[in-house]
Amino acid sequence: MKNNKALLPLLNPISKDNPVIVQILGICSALAVTAKMEPAIVMAISVTAVVAFSNVIISLIRKTIPSSIRIIVQLVVVAALVVIVDQVLKAYNYEVSKALSVFIGLIITNCIIMGRLEAFAMTNNPWDSFLDGIGSGIGYGVILIIVSFFRELFGSGTLMGYQVVPQSWYDAGYSNNGLMILPPMALIVVGCIIWVHRSGNKNIQE
Amino acid sequence: MENLNLFIRSIFIDNMIFAYFLGMCSYLAVSKNVKTAFGLGVAVSFVLMIALPVTWCIDEYLLKPGALSWLGEEYASADLSFLGLIMFIAVIAALVQILEMVIEKYSPSLYNSLGIFLPLIAVNCAILGAVLFMQQREFGNPWTATVYGVGSGIGWLLAIVCLAAIRERLDFSNVPKPLQGIGITFIITGLMGIAFMSFLGIKL
Repeated sequence: MKNNKALLPLLNPISKDNPVIVQILGICSALAVTAKMEPAIVMAISVTAVVAFSNVIISLIRKTIPSSIRIIVQLVVVAALVVIVDQVLKAYNYEVSKALSVFIGLIITNCIIMGRLEAFAMTNNPWDSFLDGIGSGIGYGVILIIVSFFRELFGSGTLMGYQVVPQSWYDAGYSNNGLMILPPMALIVVGCIIWVHRSGNKNIQE
Repeated sequence: MENLNLFIRSIFIDNMIFAYFLGMCSYLAVSKNVKTAFGLGVAVSFVLMIALPVTWCIDEYLLKPGALSWLGEEYASADLSFLGLIMFIAVIAALVQILEMVIEKYSPSLYNSLGIFLPLIAVNCAILGAVLFMQQREFGNPWTATVYGVGSGIGWLLAIVCLAAIRERLDFSNVPKPLQGIGITFIITGLMGIAFMSFLGIKL
């Protein structure tokens, strides 16, 4: 029981308190990068890293930040971490970095990060903040992976770039649903995920 | 003429919300009634209009590879482009701060009606997104950048006012319980996005 309590900051954001579908944070990037699974996974890892480490840093210096300039301090810490992620991606995975284009830079303004910094890291110790950051990152990543799974499977017939739908189906008249590749379908898929999630969790219905 | 094309493109075809999903968080949070939605849209357009030419100048004269050559020969090889993100976010945050003080001084009524959303513009992805797209597209002069900024701002304004108008009506409709609130808003935004895609075929 005691163990469970210590891990609450890690486990809570994954389903019950999910940043994307319950707290409605970080929608912008969640939708734009989910046409294929590979960029979605890279994005999820980058956001998890940034949110975890910025949570730790802000939590360490939380007592010395004057509250009037805290937004700027937080932005600078996050921006510095994002620059590091951006440079690492450019060095080791240039293709994906090109595919994500401006969305790596937009991690700075990802509301998940600012939201967790404000709501959690400013009032908790570094270790809990670290767990909370990892949990939020995973919660965000899970949604990204679910959305991109459906969009890539139905939109291009591939998963992670490998052909999944067999050629014989195409010969029999099956064709890819081009609508799934288009950005608006991401919104509708997320809407459906919210629908399913809320049917199971009555207490968060509006 | 080219600027006019860019202006129309950035409102309808490259709409910040429907084509790139930028500024989604405040878009979903503030679209409950038309009046506040309109106020926020105007504020965002205004910040975009100022932020784009300013960041264009910073990019051109400070950050690009070789941009520092006006300082002298020995600086011509400097490449500060990795500082881009930090510089841009600092400029945007500073601009929003100044805008907040100006509005508070000259129009307290507008200041009160915008309330908390004014400082939040700093973390609106639409602003940083437009700046990064501008950098990616390598506009030739600050005027083009300004036109792009105003166009994107108006596109954002249009989108949020439309959604707010639909959501005002939505209160009277019979939506399944788990889908109420944010779920149906997502789906409506998706459908509006599909409608906006019909502009895609327009070649300017």
